[in-house]
Amino acid sequence: MLIRRKPELTYADVTPKEVYSNRRQFLRDIGIAGAAAALAGREIYSLAAPNLTAYATSKLNFVKGPFSTDEKITPINDVTHYNNFYEFGADKADPAKNSQKFKTSPWTVSVEGEVKTNRKFSMDEILKLAPLEERIYRHRCVERWSIVVPWIGYSLSAILKQFEPTPKAKYVAFQSFYDSGEMPQSKYTGIDYPYVEGLRMDEAMHPLTLLSVGMYGETLPNQDGAPVRIIVPWKYGYKSIKSIVKIKFQEQEPPTTWNKYSAAEYGFYSNVNPQVDHPRWSQATEHRLGELFSRKTLMFNGYADQVASLYTGMDLKKFH
Amino acid sequence: MRKLLTSKWTKVFVFVVSSIPFVLLAIRLVRNDLGINPVETLQVTTGDWTLRFLLFTLAITPLRKTFKLPELIRFRRMLGLFAFFYVTLHFITYLWLDQTFNFSGMLDDVAKRKFITVGFAAFLLLIPLAATSTTGMIRRLGGKRWHRLHSAIYVCGILGVIHYYWKVKSDVRAPLFYAAILGILLLWRVWDAYFRDKGNAPAPARAGVSATD
Repeated sequence: MLIRRKPELTYADVTPKEVYSNRRQFLRDIGIAGAAAALAGREIYSLAAPNLTAYATSKLNFVKGPFSTDEKITPINDVTHYNNFYEFGADKADPAKNSQKFKTSPWTVSVEGEVKTNRKFSMDEILKLAPLEERIYRHRCVERWSIVVPWIGYSLSAILKQFEPTPKAKYVAFQSFYDSGEMPQSKYTGIDYPYVEGLRMDEAMHPLTLLSVGMYGETLPNQDGAPVRIIVPWKYGYKSIKSIVKIKFQEQEPPTTWNKYSAAEYGFYSNVNPQVDHPRWSQATEHRLGELFSRKTLMFNGYADQVASLYTGMDLKKFH
Repeated sequence: MRKLLTSKWTKVFVFVVSSIPFVLLAIRLVRNDLGINPVETLQVTTGDWTLRFLLFTLAITPLRKTFKLPELIRFRRMLGLFAFFYVTLHFITYLWLDQTFNFSGMLDDVAKRKFITVGFAAFLLLIPLAATSTTGMIRRLGGKRWHRLHSAIYVCGILGVIHYYWKVKSDVRAPLFYAAILGILLLWRVWDAYFRDKGNAPAPARAGVSATD
């Protein structure tokens, strides 16, 4: 069997918007001749299709952050065209297709619950709350595919520290934006909305846990959780909740979407663990996108040095 | 219609058409055009075509009886063998690209994961059917025994659909679609047998053809 792969794009190659903008979709949407659009490029794109925000990302200023892996970064085209965002459909090509018209501006994130004072943040405030850092993290889906992504953001703790939690605040719950009208494909996906996730307080405060507003040097594309999401690199991908509108400090362990769907398959912790199988498949190996053969999955997705101490003495099979 | 169905060229045509999914997949493989997760594309595509060919095979009898076209039987063996061909590719992609020929890992999967257990069982069950598909084997086994053996195809169809249903994460529309078609094809047989028993068969098969039914 002859399997040839084109040389991978390097990070420097991937940023030009023309490369990863889905031209065909764009042409269909605005219905103009292909040749003209190809020549006119970005100018026409922004004039004729102001509502197509999926790729209307903008450059961000950032510094290099800590914890970055030196593994090869997954091409942006893979990260933007093969992912799960069930609100836009269950197929991995769906988010890119169906999130084009998703409106992410204006956007507010409300922080509430067991804190002295609640507060709402505008996107502008979130972007300026702390210096933006680039963190190149491994990202491992529970379905066994994995990617390496240069996220942009800052530690979630930066925003959480601005609040005075009450002694009852033991967990942090997150909620995604949901509107069945804007997300009609969500009806067929079989899970409850809005999508909810949660972390224990020490997990949420861990410096690895990221509040992300961008990737690959720019703001987040719609299909990857624009405008703001959480990244928890040592847990399966579904813990890294997208397009968040609410952060809530609370005493009880928060319900989480996939756990509600099937508790045996998706635990609250969902730490990447090659020794604890998913009931329907082994988690010992994974497919890194762009590689043909599977590779070994690492304990805590390779972040054991940073996070293993959070779980000392815990039965990781029971608390999977 | 009869003439068309009995023509040698129709058989060639069906063969060529049935090969198209494989040829397309092979072209995409050589051109490195299997999408972002090529392993998944190979597994899903070969799995889909296995189920489709199983259903095509199971549709032959209802179609030929309903439309009184006994000549359709000429295509059943080929369609069944195509199902076996695609399931073999499906199994090879799993064993090679997923398990990297790690047989103990495979057996572990087969023992522990019920969707793999049923999928693997269906694959094993198809092997004797493919092996006894030749005219010589039919003669050697005798029509009755051969027929009994080959009714295992119903089990393969059911296991295949369950395999798919248990594999998907939460959007079960596609597996339910296959399950519905399979249900119709199997219920038709129950219904057909019931009326035939009453001596009221809706479309009695011609003698000689029914022996291989």
